[in-house]
This record gives sequence, structure tokens and C-alpha cells, in this order.
Amino acid sequence: MHARVNGTEHPLPHDSRRTLLDWLREDLGLTGTKKGCDHGQCGACTVLVDGRRINSCLSLAQLHDGDAIETIEAIGSADALAPLQRAFVAHDGFQCGYCTPGQICSATALMSELAEGWASAVTEDIAAAPVVTRAELQERMSGNLCRCGAYSNIIAALEEVIAAEGPLRIDAEASA
Amino acid sequence: MKAFTLDHAADAQDALDALGAGATAIAGGTNLVDLMKLQIAAPDRLVSIRRTGLDQIAPDGEGLRIGALVTNADCAADGRVRRDWPLLAQAILAGASPQLRNRATTGGNLCQRTRCGYFYDTTQACNKRAPGTGCGALGGFNRIHAVLGTSDACIATYPGDMAVALLALDAEVLTQGPDGERTIPVGQFHRQPGDDPSRDNTLLPGELITGVRLPAPSGGMQIYRKVRDRASYAFALVSVAADLAMEDGRIARCALAFGSLGTVPWRDRAVEQALVGETPSPALFDKAADVLLRDARGFGENDFKIVLARRALAATLAEATLSNPAKG
Repeated sequence: MHARVNGTEHPLPHDSRRTLLDWLREDLGLTGTKKGCDHGQCGACTVLVDGRRINSCLSLAQLHDGDAIETIEAIGSADALAPLQRAFVAHDGFQCGYCTPGQICSATALMSELAEGWASAVTEDIAAAPVVTRAELQERMSGNLCRCGAYSNIIAALEEVIAAEGPLRIDAEASA
Repeated sequence: MKAFTLDHAADAQDALDALGAGATAIAGGTNLVDLMKLQIAAPDRLVSIRRTGLDQIAPDGEGLRIGALVTNADCAADGRVRRDWPLLAQAILAGASPQLRNRATTGGNLCQRTRCGYFYDTTQACNKRAPGTGCGALGGFNRIHAVLGTSDACIATYPGDMAVALLALDAEVLTQGPDGERTIPVGQFHRQPGDDPSRDNTLLPGELITGVRLPAPSGGMQIYRKVRDRASYAFALVSVAADLAMEDGRIARCALAFGSLGTVPWRDRAVEQALVGETPSPALFDKAADVLLRDARGFGENDFKIVLARRALAATLAEATLSNPAKG
């Protein structure tokens, strides 16, 4: 059984108890993904599996046979920051930084979900494509807690990237 | 976590064989893995049902059949669900977080266990986790607990949102077991605690949920209203699922289900009968609440839920019956 992690095939661990999070951190040395609560309540462990964001702390590694997993290490590096990472720096989207890899992974998936037209709990017309508002972004990032309270700056960073990258458009009137 | 074996079922029959041999099914694992870490659940043998092909959403007559492994995210994103059963999409999106919804499944969500603090704390008395030890919540911290369908043995709520919508939509749970297939109305799936709170539902040993069937869409006004301690990513204190149709200024038809109010997703036909044929008014909504809460019993910290349920019902009915509903 194998999984592809950041483009490289790795055999899955033998211990059935190994969570995806512990496998990434302890066995593969990919310590960018953080362990916060370890109970699916904080989002610090968020990674992408086949492009979808999940809590890696609540998933058994052996359940990922054949999956393509991406961690923060694949999204950008200190030498080549991804647009979201640059925007987090520019807007002070963090203080201690512990939740940041999870925030960035989550925000990366959020942009694909918006592009696919997924609704959220605050979408006015659930059958229609969502209009990007601040309330939408807040709701869609609610699975990532930040104990330093950088939320408003995180949303500002996201708004900047969405405005710059399109095709999504921020509805300024609805955000006001 | 205690050591366990993990097998991967290739199809539904393979999964049924493993379940028959005493294995516990795992799909998304968002609830089960958490419970295993805390040793509230300690199965010796797990069987993954992720590769059994039960991950499709398909038309079923005028209704829809949602496979047990369809993730909450995929179900809520489905165009048919969003258009014809918006109540279900709303309820799913009101629950958990995007990360959890990407992993949690339709079948697993139905089997989600309670969030009672005494169930989660293995040093405390809990008849659901450890039968016969008593119920710490009865005279303890019980703010999130049930006011309907309780017993002297347990007052824990079923915490989810999805099942509340399914109950109002008259959905059915489809299963396969050693004795063949069964179709269980959602209202008969969850079990009130009585004197055996350890069994949350009516699944039989060795039985597997294969999917959920939604009947033809009602075409009515569908609303899911969830009241909770914070704006997002929190379990309900009280939720109301409504599917209601008006005719000539009167309520022609209505289905109402309530979450986190009872020990199970709660539906009471007498409430609906009190509303059908009547002209909506605050007095009528109050009368319906009287019917809903006639047997409600608070345990101290959760007394507020009886008032909250009345207000949540009135707000939902007002929104559903006004000709030009204000979003609120």
C-alpha cells in the first residue's frame, strides 16, 4: 500500500494505529503540518487529499492507499512563497504561526471549492453559485482556529489573493 | 489507541463477511478515530468500507438515492440536492467544518455518537459508554442535554444536523445484513435510551448501511435553523428543520423535525397536525410549541432549551409562512 506525498510515492506505515498526521510528521519528517488538538477541533493538521482539505489527525494512514496528499511543504517554500503565503505575510495573517500551515492549506482548498461553486452555510441562495463576501470567507475558514486571533488579517489576505487571481470576485457591497 | 487489525473490503459482501465476524466498519473515521484515541471505542478489528463502491448519488424514481459513502461535502454540493432538497444541503453545511465534511460520510454521520461530556470522560459514570455505571449528567453539567425522550439512565442528545433534515424529508435508511436488505424510516433508525442507552440505533449486529433514500421533493419551503453558541463550527443547542407549503393563506402541509432537543432527532406529528389548515400567527406558533413541549423536562442547566425551542420554532414558522420571508 502506497500514497503519493508531495509528488513522491511512499509505502504506508505498518502500524494500523498511525494517523495520517503522525505518519507525515514522525515517519516522513514533514513537520510543516502541525498537531494542535489532535481531535479534529482546530484545523492545524489540515492537509490536501486528492485536492480536498481534511483533518489529518482524524484519518488512519492505512486508509490512504493510492491517494495523492499535499502538505504545506508542496504549496510553497521560504525561497518561493505561494501567493497565499505572501499575502499572509503582507497582512500579518498570523502571530505565533502555529496554525498557519493549516490555514494556508485550508485557504488553498477553499479557493477550489469556490471555483467549483460549492455553497456554504451563509450562502443566500443555496442552489446558485456563491457570491464571494467576507461572511462567506469567514464561514469557509471556520474549521481553522487561531488562538492569537489573527482572523481579520487572514480574511484580508484571502481577499487580496482572490481579487488578484480571479475568476472569483469579491462583492464589496455585500461585504460591507 | 489499542492495537487493532485493519482490513479493506473490496465490495459490500466482503464488508458484510467482516462485520459478521465481529469487525467494526470504518468509513471517514472522523468520529470513530477520535473515540478510539480516547478508548471510548476499542475495536479489535476494523474493516474499511471505503472501497465498496457505495459512493454514488443516483436518481431513484422521483427521489434520490445517496450512497452510504457519499461524503457530506459531496452531498451538499450536489446540484439535485441543492435544488430539490435544499433542507438537506443546508443542514449538512450547518454542521462541522469543511475539512470534516470532506471526510465524514452519509452512513457514518447517521451513526455519530453523542457529545455528552460524561460519555467522553472515561473517569465518569455513563450508562451509554459503560452500562450500569449510572449517568453523571442527570445531576451534573447538562447544559447541552436533551429535554425530550430522556430516561433515568441517559439524557444525552444525538448531536448531528443531517439526520434532522432527513427526518423532516421522510427519508429512509437502506441496509444490508445477514438476513438481507432492510429499509428503515429515519424516524425509526435512532433509539431513545430507555433502560439501554448503549444502543444508539436499531442497526442489527452485522448490518451495514448502504445508503439513504430521499422521496420525491415536496416543492415546499425548506428551512434549517440552527441555534448554537458561536456562529460556525459548533453543535446545535436547538435546531429546527421545516418543510412547509402554504395554500390560500393557510398552512397546507408541514413537516418539522428538531435537533439537539431530544435524545434522538425529534419529530412529533401532533405538532404538524396543530398547524395544518390554520392561518399562521404568533398565537398559532405558540400553540404548536405547547404541543411540542408538553412532555419536555429540563435537568437544571438545560432548562433554557425549553424556551429556546419555542422561540426557534416560532422564528422558523414565521420565516416559512410569510409571503415575502425576511432572511434571519
